[in-house]
Amino acid sequence: MQKREIWKGSEAIAEAAIRAGCRCFFGYPITPQNEIPEYMSRMLPQAGGVFVQAESELAAINMVYGAAASGVRAMTSSSSPGISLKQEGISYLVGAQLPAVIVNVMRGGPGLGSIQPSQGDYYQATRGGGNGDYRTVTLAPATLQEAVDLMQDAFDIADTYRNPVMVLADGLIGQMMEPIVWQDRPGRSLPPKTWAAEGRRGRTHNNFVTSLYIGAEECEEHNLELNRKYAAMEANECRWEELMTEDAQLILVAFGTPARVAETAMRNLRQEGWNVGLLRPITLWPFPTARIRELAGKSHVKAFLDVEMNLGQMLDDVNLAVNGQRPVHFYGRCGGAVPHVSEVEQAAQKVLEEVQ
Amino acid sequence: MRKEVILAGFGGQGVMSIGKNLAEAGVEEGLEVSWVPSYGPEMRGGTANCTVILTDERIGAPLVDHPTEIVVMNRPSLAKFEPVLRPGGTAFVNSSMIPERVGRTDVRAVYVPCDEIAEKLGSPKVGNMVMLGAYVAATQVLKVETIEAMIHAMFTGRKADLVPMNLAAFHQGIACVTF
Repeated sequence: MQKREIWKGSEAIAEAAIRAGCRCFFGYPITPQNEIPEYMSRMLPQAGGVFVQAESELAAINMVYGAAASGVRAMTSSSSPGISLKQEGISYLVGAQLPAVIVNVMRGGPGLGSIQPSQGDYYQATRGGGNGDYRTVTLAPATLQEAVDLMQDAFDIADTYRNPVMVLADGLIGQMMEPIVWQDRPGRSLPPKTWAAEGRRGRTHNNFVTSLYIGAEECEEHNLELNRKYAAMEANECRWEELMTEDAQLILVAFGTPARVAETAMRNLRQEGWNVGLLRPITLWPFPTARIRELAGKSHVKAFLDVEMNLGQMLDDVNLAVNGQRPVHFYGRCGGAVPHVSEVEQAAQKVLEEVQ
Repeated sequence: MRKEVILAGFGGQGVMSIGKNLAEAGVEEGLEVSWVPSYGPEMRGGTANCTVILTDERIGAPLVDHPTEIVVMNRPSLAKFEPVLRPGGTAFVNSSMIPERVGRTDVRAVYVPCDEIAEKLGSPKVGNMVMLGAYVAATQVLKVETIEAMIHAMFTGRKADLVPMNLAAFHQGIACVTF
């Protein structure tokens, strides 16, 4: 058996990024993810990389743009209010077709909000908080093992499509400790970065990185090209985990920390004889719409209960997937509060009694 | 087996590190473990706590409503967590700082004079090791040898001379538990 090591979430995410080949980190401090830049400031230079504490979040995301344009693996991390400040830069990264990884360790909002765990940025991550038609693959880890595994995937997905990837964790994942096995994950075979602005290198032309397409026709063509990439991401990158959905009357849908709470609630309810299952989206975009729709059409499935640390954001996507075939209920806590197992059990039991 | 522990005390009493020690020892013994700190706009001298789960099954929720044990190092922590302790659970009480007795009759109480023992050993810093010993002895979820090895690994080089005192504190904690 490979060695299990106990790590703190934020530090594990940073170490995983370095192992994934990240060589440039730009950030600005904010709770509850300060251990990421702190770890990077210490360890990235030892790996031959560059750490810069930027003067602001805007500067940090634009440094990511510059580094990514040169072809190096670059990332930034922040928590909710800081990620809001980075939205313009994320839109520009997509427009300029630059790969990068952005980690959001979410805290309570809106505004400065609180520093406790939240999932209030689901809309922002999956709909895009910047301007223009754009998409970012959004990965949502529920354990520290998954968080470190997804960091490798995040850089690979970014490079595959030349598009930024968002890793959406919450304050609890960032602050907790759990054992991790550092696995040698084979990276994807990736196209060479022939587009990188890294000097002329004997080419007949300069590589030029921009998101400006000033004419309507060329800008439309650019958007359609990006759209083909979004379609490929939807076709290839969607992930989720299912537990005990085969005979479930009620399917809980949750991601990140609430998925762990929902899993415990599910096991407790199973012991009491209730047929409950769990579907946990791992990618929030692309969302496992087709699978949820398929489950909604099964005769044993009577209802869904969506559990989040917000007031019902992924709920929209669950509703779109279920498409009225079954009732969709919601239980959420917000502003930094984490749902209790007993609360989820009660909410689930209420739905189960209704559908009997 | 599933132990869900809340450890609480003043900042500086070492509750976070007792929790980390439990989690690290759990990993050594092949258990599933999780450690979650309370964090927030904390006040200097305020109360800190963490939640540790040790189990041989998959851990879902890393936070618990009703812990199987509470480890309380100061008075506010006993007042806060005694009511949520699971019936049949155990309260580990630092009796050097907490004059009160546990009022509930449906739980076990283990009183450990952590600070007095630490003072006698010559360092107020090892009070948390005393409590760790009491927890290991009373719950028997972790091997004494695992913790001993951990203490040896924790203090090396110039700090190696701290090993005997920490071992002594750990063993005096074990001795506080009567069956």
